[in-house]
Amino acid sequence: MMGFQIVVLWSDVLVWLLLASGIGVGVLIARSPPLLAAWRRVGASRAGMASATVLLAFLCVGLLDSLHYRVALDGKPGDKTQYAIEVLSVLDALVGPLRTENEKTYSAPFATHLYAKETVDRPGLGTVREFPRLKFGGAHLDDPATLADDVGVTAFRSVALVTLGWLALAGVVALRCGGWRAVWRGETAFAWNAVLATLAVILLVLVPLFALAGQYHVFGTDKVGQDVLYQIFKSVRTALIIGLVTTLVMLPVAVLLGIVAGYFRGWVDDLIQYLYTVLNSIPGVLLIAAAVLMMQVVIDSHPEWFATAAERADLRLLALCFILGITSWTGLCRLLRGETLKLRELEYIQAAQAFGVSNWRIILRHILPNLMHIVIIALVMDFSGLVLAEAVLSYVGIGVDPTMTSFGTMINNARMELGREPVVWWSLVAAFSAMFILVLAANLFADAVRDAFDPRVA
Amino acid sequence: MLAYIVRRLLYAIPILIGVNLITFALFFIVNTPDDMARMQLGIKRVTPEAIEKWKAERGYDKPLFINSAAPGLSTVTETIFFEKSARMFVGEFGRAEDGRDIAREIGARMGPSLAIALPTFILGLFVTVSLALILAFFRATAFDFWGVVLCVAAMSISGLFYIIGGQYLIAKVWKLVPISGFGDGLDAWRFLILPVFIGVLSGIGSSTRWYRTIFLEEVSKDYVRTARAKGLPETIVFFRHILRNALIPILTGVVVVIPLLFMGSLLTESFFGIPGLGSYTIDAIQAQDFAVVRSMVFIGSVLYIVGLILTDISYTLVDPRIRFS
Repeated sequence: MMGFQIVVLWSDVLVWLLLASGIGVGVLIARSPPLLAAWRRVGASRAGMASATVLLAFLCVGLLDSLHYRVALDGKPGDKTQYAIEVLSVLDALVGPLRTENEKTYSAPFATHLYAKETVDRPGLGTVREFPRLKFGGAHLDDPATLADDVGVTAFRSVALVTLGWLALAGVVALRCGGWRAVWRGETAFAWNAVLATLAVILLVLVPLFALAGQYHVFGTDKVGQDVLYQIFKSVRTALIIGLVTTLVMLPVAVLLGIVAGYFRGWVDDLIQYLYTVLNSIPGVLLIAAAVLMMQVVIDSHPEWFATAAERADLRLLALCFILGITSWTGLCRLLRGETLKLRELEYIQAAQAFGVSNWRIILRHILPNLMHIVIIALVMDFSGLVLAEAVLSYVGIGVDPTMTSFGTMINNARMELGREPVVWWSLVAAFSAMFILVLAANLFADAVRDAFDPRVA
Repeated sequence: MLAYIVRRLLYAIPILIGVNLITFALFFIVNTPDDMARMQLGIKRVTPEAIEKWKAERGYDKPLFINSAAPGLSTVTETIFFEKSARMFVGEFGRAEDGRDIAREIGARMGPSLAIALPTFILGLFVTVSLALILAFFRATAFDFWGVVLCVAAMSISGLFYIIGGQYLIAKVWKLVPISGFGDGLDAWRFLILPVFIGVLSGIGSSTRWYRTIFLEEVSKDYVRTARAKGLPETIVFFRHILRNALIPILTGVVVVIPLLFMGSLLTESFFGIPGLGSYTIDAIQAQDFAVVRSMVFIGSVLYIVGLILTDISYTLVDPRIRFS
């Protein structure tokens, strides 16, 4: 058994904290009937639940990628154990070969040969220029012509497996929810039919992909020969952190300042309004660019702060989240201020004031709970925008660390590839498709949540 | 009305001062000029003399706020804050790393930026409002449902995809227009067509959906019911009553971005090689030219504040109640 050392990156802490607080909020919601009713409405929405299933799949990948460790290096017994400089995650261990089986350079999806010709010495034929076989992709095939058969057989096996597993799962659901017909026709309170259908699609795509990924590069390889599918998996965590941690960072500031400005009014209100008007007047991208440039200077002038490259990239990611948070809290703050201004004139607040309840208690007990729907809607609505923003920022060169895999860095590295002959399309297509699925699911889920929580918008 | 505008203009001054202070803090207090010099010079060439020379060339060798060594009024003016930040108010932005005057560069690059941004804006507004109108007219039908689904799908696609995909398909595979570049005078239209088209296309999803909700809000109002009760046909109700009233929030809502059109678009300009302000900014960011980025932040804020004032004025023009309150 190889030893290992657990590495806790700051973003891991935040991710797991986020999960814990999510569960905590879930428990609180279960106690509050109106919120529970709203979430039940989300649960009844088919589009909402289908997208939630997709999001959950992404979340699983992201969480697996948030448990980091360093492998112990082989040394003489008795020596102090040294650990590898490379920080790995549980996901890396699970997808093992995808990470290590690197080719020389580009290779197309399911290719058995390299993208570029090389000069090879052939005994008896002299030197010839040909496409060399890949080191790993389809290396188990004696004759590359049998590729289609091999892929077909593996895919068929995994599809059969998926079908069995899915039928078993659907059977369990049907038994618990009053029969197959009720589930199928959507007569259950929870949109089980949408969940099961989405799950079927996810499994039908992912399981054959996994089964084939052991022997082939299903999405091809990039310029340095790394598997594109592996990069997609690694990008998911970056996207989730940008989308979730940013909102988490700005949420307390926006909520506190918004409520305080609306409730106390007077000079506090003027000050807070001034603050967010000033921040809001600087165009977002430019403020982010300026802040990121300055952060780069700070990071570059203090190399002693970081033990590994992963830690530096991680801290840079968090700094980016903070910067995005600082530039994006103003909208929510203004919304909350406006709503608080309305709420504080209502009778029940005035009654509480007349009874001598302290201001902070009124804010906590009577105002905050009535603003929760705005906060939740903002949280889910911002997510997709932030994921898309990350790609643009990384393209401009002010996004995540270049060593960190993300959709943005993938697109940035691949942007010249469409100019090649023949065209290298797989990196770009894979990155854009994965991002599209994530953002589309987030948008649909956000719509379902908004419809359930905000009865005004039809 | 005039008093109102003057009041709004006066209100803009403290905000601009705030923006100026924030950018100053970001660029000179978070990092000292020494750090910036080290970054710019690279690891190999860093010597104390080189840093001093770098700072002196750019005027970063002075104290931040108060220069006690200088006589009289120049205790305040011979400082980094005055020379680099306060002077922006009169349009003096200093020089870029390549020694060119930033203000002149900005003046020269506004034209190409506008040549892309203005047609994109007008065409985009026309297309999205028309699409939203059609969706709202067929509200609660299958056509509307699938239209909205398409909009959500379109807004889930990264803006980079529209640009990269569009450029590849239209310019490289079909060879309809040049891939990138910019021409002078009327010849420029060949270069403009593709960026404008892609700019319009990438905005369709989110804008159409947003305008559709504005139309639908309008549909449920009382005057619409009155118009129907009068016996007006649905088309007249829609195109004469609802369209006109819904255009008020739509048009006042877009006024704020009009001044920002001068800034151009970062992505479009850098992909299509347009020598506008957007590509200027991107180049500056990638070359870590702090003076240019600082100037662009300031100009962007000024334009945004102008946009806010124009919005307020347009509201008062449309709705007299605001003027008198």
